Amino acid sequence: MASFLDRLTRKQHSSASQAKERLSLVLIHDRTDLSPENLRSLKDRLIEVISDYVKIDTRHTEIEIKNDGREQTLIANIPLMKPRPRG
Amino acid sequence: MSGKVITITSGKGGVGKTTTAANLGVALASMGNKVVCIDSDIGLRNLDVVLGLENRIVYDLVDAVEGRCRVSQAMIRDKRIETLYLIPAAQTRDKNAVSPSDMIKLCDTLREDVDWIIIDSPAGIERGFRNAIAPADEVLVVTNPEVSAVRDADRIIGLVEAEERGPAKLVINRLKTAMVKRGDMLSAEDVVELLAIPLIGIVPEDENVIISTNQGQPIALNEKCLAGRSFVNIARRVKGEEVPWLDLNEKEGLFNRLGKIISGGG
Repeated sequence: MASFLDRLTRKQHSSASQAKERLSLVLIHDRTDLSPENLRSLKDRLIEVISDYVKIDTRHTEIEIKNDGREQTLIANIPLMKPRPRG
Repeated sequence: MSGKVITITSGKGGVGKTTTAANLGVALASMGNKVVCIDSDIGLRNLDVVLGLENRIVYDLVDAVEGRCRVSQAMIRDKRIETLYLIPAAQTRDKNAVSPSDMIKLCDTLREDVDWIIIDSPAGIERGFRNAIAPADEVLVVTNPEVSAVRDADRIIGLVEAEERGPAKLVINRLKTAMVKRGDMLSAEDVVELLAIPLIGIVPEDENVIISTNQGQPIALNEKCLAGRSFVNIARRVKGEEVPWLDLNEKEGLFNRLGKIISGGG
């Protein structure tokens, strides 16, 4: 059993899975011509603009590029805060 | 007759484009089809040596395009399979000696006469690559299961799409099953998932490829070895056949497998 668990954890950190993880990020940036740095600044500005209109829960905000086959989609999941009762 | 043009490309050099082009040509011709392989890597020709036809060259691709010879004069007939021909690249010119429209014109002439035109593309994404994909009906992208080859393949697949020659089909070459099992090499499934195009062939790493290239005898002529059979299967899939995937583990040999069974392993 121990050796089975061993193999399981090793598989997750295997050089092949590192290669796959690194490649999937690199390919997203290659395909969109968007560097990690630019993606970060896009996220910041997006949050900034939206915050001008509504209050958002920045701790749970997720903005990322996802692959669907060879198409990339920018997915933004931005929870809004409940407005405080006035008065 | 209206022949089909298949271009073999990769982006990165050294992944096995020329080997794939030679073996696809040999396999299709062995099935009785008339095939011409064109080496479009002007200045760095190699398809001639891989096919073992280097001593027969008189005219080349640039001679044919510039009208110094008839197209049929530039077609070298193979010594083993009489339906296989090679148009070699020029060795002393550069890639700009030929344009994409020259390639389209040449292939339109050849289509009348042959079943398949296999174009071996140079590495890179410049003129030579553009020449190679301009006349293509279908593009095969060759890659190895390693990061730089996969990344370059992805670039090429995007460019092939942009030129409206897609979707390209994928050949994974030099897969080492033992390394995949240890988790030290991307599996074929990983590569297909990353590149997201249809797979048309997996060729295992096989010393016989180097040996057969040394001898100028493409490995598809030797169906006893796994790499040879893998190339033949690619040719059958190119022709539209449904071919089951080979068990690439059988390379281990009966003795090893018996040993594993006795010791209780897979």
